[in-house]
Amino acid sequence: MTPKIPLLAAAWLVLKKDWQIEWRTRARLTAIIFFSLSTLLLFSFAVGPDINTLRAHAPGYLWLALLFASVLSLGESFRIESENQALTGLVLTPVEPRAIFVGKVFGNASLLFVLSLVLLPVTVALYDVDLSRAPLQLVLVLFLGSVGISAPGTVYSAISANARARDVMLPLLLFPVLIPLLLAAVSATRFTLQPDPQEQVGGWLKLLTAFDLIYLSVGFLLFPKVAEED
Amino acid sequence: MPPFVPLTLFALVVAAIIAHVAVPSVRGWLWKPIAGLGAFMLVALWYLGLVWAPPEQFMSDVGRILYVHVPHVWMALLAFTLNVGCAVAYLMKKSFVTDALAESAAEVGVYFGAVGVTMGSIWARPTWGVWWDWDPRLISTTVMLLAYVGYLALRSFTEDPERRATWSAVAAILSYVSLPIVWFSVRWWNSLHQVQSSPSTVDKPMVQVLRWGAITLLCFLYVFIVKRYQIARSRQTAAMELPPLEAPRPEAA
Repeated sequence: MTPKIPLLAAAWLVLKKDWQIEWRTRARLTAIIFFSLSTLLLFSFAVGPDINTLRAHAPGYLWLALLFASVLSLGESFRIESENQALTGLVLTPVEPRAIFVGKVFGNASLLFVLSLVLLPVTVALYDVDLSRAPLQLVLVLFLGSVGISAPGTVYSAISANARARDVMLPLLLFPVLIPLLLAAVSATRFTLQPDPQEQVGGWLKLLTAFDLIYLSVGFLLFPKVAEED
Repeated sequence: MPPFVPLTLFALVVAAIIAHVAVPSVRGWLWKPIAGLGAFMLVALWYLGLVWAPPEQFMSDVGRILYVHVPHVWMALLAFTLNVGCAVAYLMKKSFVTDALAESAAEVGVYFGAVGVTMGSIWARPTWGVWWDWDPRLISTTVMLLAYVGYLALRSFTEDPERRATWSAVAAILSYVSLPIVWFSVRWWNSLHQVQSSPSTVDKPMVQVLRWGAITLLCFLYVFIVKRYQIARSRQTAAMELPPLEAPRPEAA
């Protein structure tokens, strides 16, 4: 029997594989970028051209656009594995299923993170937000939020990829769980972009980190059970 | 009433459910006296809640919905706790018994939760002047309901029984883990909310009627869950007894 590859090395291989698939076509990233661009535009049409309202609610629009895009991107993440039963092959390799989880989470998170970086200049153009207040903190919030969406999202995506009506299933399962993340990410972004007189941003950042850690560990524990049934 | 009584009652209900699941001879009759007790207590609850208990100091008669509204949400929480217990048990040792029990607990929990939230909304209209308010308890309960509606949808959209059981168990655990985080984050997000009542701030007869209501609904919780469990079990047996789809046809003579 071949010796098992260490978990992190295997996760890195899965992550590289996902990046490679993505890089060859760039289809998923292009699709979600244009999808969230039009979502951001739609928000401004729905609210009206008042720049003060738009600026005040920009963090919410940004995260909703990311959330909607994440459903498309997460659904795709395991759909590509169901072609030619690639996931079965992946599970059969002498690799812990948990490595697949870790690799997939960070694959999905990196995609969302890139998307969020692309959307930032758009929010400046559409909503006139000021990014220069604390750029590093903003990047941190975007990163933590992307990981937070991907951690439960990866488990649910693996589940719904094989269920009937999977396009409805994923948001139905994912959105209720993501409500705390949405609250924390929007508030943290708001207090990063706008004045924070009561210094609340620290608390929301802690909540974001806690959410990430909780769902990374729960997913890490439960993912092998899901992969078994695929 | 000493503080350990509610927990003891819940433990009794769980014990009765386990007895129903594990001991076939109990299955036929145990639910009948409990259903009878529940029906009797419900009739008494109408009198106790509507006539006997004093009107609420600020809300007058509107506050009487408390005696059914609060126990409904409690029952939903208990049912979801039972559901996640079954989910963990299923993942540790695969068994269609725990799967059927998880399904019935979730469905009964969604029923109690939906009724509880609706009653809360009816209560909020005359009290707060709005049907809906961003109160943490209200939002947390609604999010919990949404999560379990998703759970039930996942169950009905998955054909393979083993997949359905495993996936829904995982979904149940993920949803249950989210409950305290939702509660905490919503409370933080909207920090203007009314302070939760405790038995020491509420008039004594009202506490007693509330507890009476809780025990009444606990009886119904038991009956609903075991009846729904039997339906789930018969569906499982029926699904197993069905001939396979690609059954070889008998040779024509």
